[in-house]
Amino acid sequence: MIQPTLANIRAAAEPATADYGGRQAHVACDRFSFFYGDNQAVRNVTLDFPSFQVTAIIGPSGCGKSTLLRSINRMNDLIPGGRTGGRLVFDGQDVYGPRLDVVTLRRRIGMVFQKPNPFPKSIFNNVAYGRRLHDGPDKGRLQEIVEASLQRAGLWDEVKDRLDDNALSLSGGQQQRLCIARALAVDPEVLLMDEPTSALDPRATARIEDLIAELRGRYTIIIVTHNMQQAARVSDLTAFLYEGDLIEYGATAQMFTQPRQKRTEDYMTGRFG
Amino acid sequence: MKLRSRKLLDRSLTGVSVMAIVLMALALLVLLGPIFSRGAAAFFFRATSEFRRINLEQFNRGDSRRIAAESQAVAEARQPLYGMLDDFAAELEDMDPARRRELRPQFKEVRDLLRELLGPLPGEMDAVMLRQQYGQTRWERAQVTLQRILFSEQWDYSDPSRMGSKVLVPRRQAFVGTQLEPLFPHLQQNLKSMLRPRFTFYWRFLSDRSLDSHFFGGIWPEILGTFYLTLGAMLLAIPFGVIAAIYLSEFAAAGRLVSLLRVCISTLAGVPSIVFGLFGLAFFINTLHLSHSKSVLAGSATLALLILPTIIRAAEEALKSVPHAYKEAALSLGASPLRMVLTVLLPAALPGILTGIIISMGRAAGETAPIIFTAAVSVGRPLKLWETLNQPTPALPWNIYNLATEHQAVDQIRHVQFGMVLTLVLLVLLLNLAAIVIRARVSRKMRG
Repeated sequence: MIQPTLANIRAAAEPATADYGGRQAHVACDRFSFFYGDNQAVRNVTLDFPSFQVTAIIGPSGCGKSTLLRSINRMNDLIPGGRTGGRLVFDGQDVYGPRLDVVTLRRRIGMVFQKPNPFPKSIFNNVAYGRRLHDGPDKGRLQEIVEASLQRAGLWDEVKDRLDDNALSLSGGQQQRLCIARALAVDPEVLLMDEPTSALDPRATARIEDLIAELRGRYTIIIVTHNMQQAARVSDLTAFLYEGDLIEYGATAQMFTQPRQKRTEDYMTGRFG
Repeated sequence: MKLRSRKLLDRSLTGVSVMAIVLMALALLVLLGPIFSRGAAAFFFRATSEFRRINLEQFNRGDSRRIAAESQAVAEARQPLYGMLDDFAAELEDMDPARRRELRPQFKEVRDLLRELLGPLPGEMDAVMLRQQYGQTRWERAQVTLQRILFSEQWDYSDPSRMGSKVLVPRRQAFVGTQLEPLFPHLQQNLKSMLRPRFTFYWRFLSDRSLDSHFFGGIWPEILGTFYLTLGAMLLAIPFGVIAAIYLSEFAAAGRLVSLLRVCISTLAGVPSIVFGLFGLAFFINTLHLSHSKSVLAGSATLALLILPTIIRAAEEALKSVPHAYKEAALSLGASPLRMVLTVLLPAALPGILTGIIISMGRAAGETAPIIFTAAVSVGRPLKLWETLNQPTPALPWNIYNLATEHQAVDQIRHVQFGMVLTLVLLVLLLNLAAIVIRARVSRKMRG
């Protein structure tokens, strides 16, 4: 197994367009494992997600890619019998360390889920939800933040006249973009996306992919996807997981043209998975 | 063959279900029919001049001049009748002793019945009890009394092989040839002018206090008592119930203790309500000394215990049915578990929780057994809010039972009892209706 070093990944990846603006926070796994009871879903994965780039995690069902993703903002805490091994570091802090504040961690690491899951509240309140948690009800600024977030998620023009409508009246694709806006509203540094387009039709999927391209360079994006083409289209780096092991990790362009591992090639050409 | 038998099975199942529903509807009709028709009689009836006099004298209601004029006219109409009584009394004195001894008790009976029908006879002292100061206020009750004046009930045991049978004997027969004989046809023909029945809608039945333990007046103390008891029970049960449900559904780790807790709650829901009543007496009054004796507070606490399991279970189910995705979304945005519960989980579960609350509200309003020992008295005045801390109260469910079984004159105040039943049924119906409306509104708001 190849253990790619940060240096050679950086070299292989395209340089990020935006300036880093002092926000160097990044996510790194160091021999990280996750267990469901006795079942080890993620095995000693060592991996570095560079800042302000899009990293795709691909692999067949049950390979542990979602588990790995959800470990980053500790959404797996809810699972009874779940435990971790190794280290997972965010911005120099051990994510599973005893002194970490989960609330702050999740504010800095946003998440978009597989199925659009807006709250049964108005569009405005959906976007404002996270902000209200952290700022309290500061009405004037809230308005600006909601508008900016919706604009960034490419939804503003479609909903600006109906901010008080229930979010569930939006279409599936709009709902997913609303969820992205909701995540962006708390101004996170990392955005985790767990198969964000698997419940959407091709047009809505294209819209989300465009959005990811726009967000690239401003946020560190980690996206789990089943869709190989999607990984190829949107990501700078790709990690291939198989049965909990990291098989290959490298620049997307290189991995899709000249995979170093036989299993990667087999998976990409559809021989298994 | 297989398909045919399957279809047959399907159809018979449908048939049985339809039959069950029809049976239920029939039972409901049979039950509600008399409740509504007889309950309505408490509000809508032919009121006599006595009714209007009570209203004026006890509640200071009505046009006093017109009622005085009416009393005058009524007294004039009764005058010949009272004349006959006086004449016969004089006649009785001159009779031979044997006949006098025979007639005197019968004459006394007639006088007693007339007093019941028309109020105190002229020249009599004012009675202490309110019920003896006035005649019949309701025309249908007046007619019952009239029948009892016209006919005396006697039992015929002449045939030893059969049970005794009731025979109605005209009282007139005993008085043939005396001056009292014409009283009976006279009374029968002129009763209307003596009592002047008029159709009345007595809506104040709901807002009047009861006079002389429900002989006259309304049921306001009972309604208010039921309201206090129910409100108190909800105030105590809702916070505890919802918090317990949140704990059980969100924070409790799955374990033996928690499943034991769930079993306990289910068991509690099945405990007979009379046991709760006794527990309330033993615990809230005798042990905790919430109040010196029965009080609304103790009753509310007992009712709260009774409905707590229902609220907990309904709320827990409602909380559990909130999609997991909402919780994840809230948590992923950095909400603490408590914030997540307050801002996402509870609002989404609200329709279900409300349904549970209002169902148990109906139950609390209608329960009798828990308040017998802890809160209810048969007669009382409307309480002030602060008096609920240490005062007992009459309440609809208990007074329905009380009027049906323990009142001195059950037969004469049936209309009050049915009025109470109707009021209670309507109250519970109204609560359930409110539940449906609120739930529909809340869930429509959720769905968008």
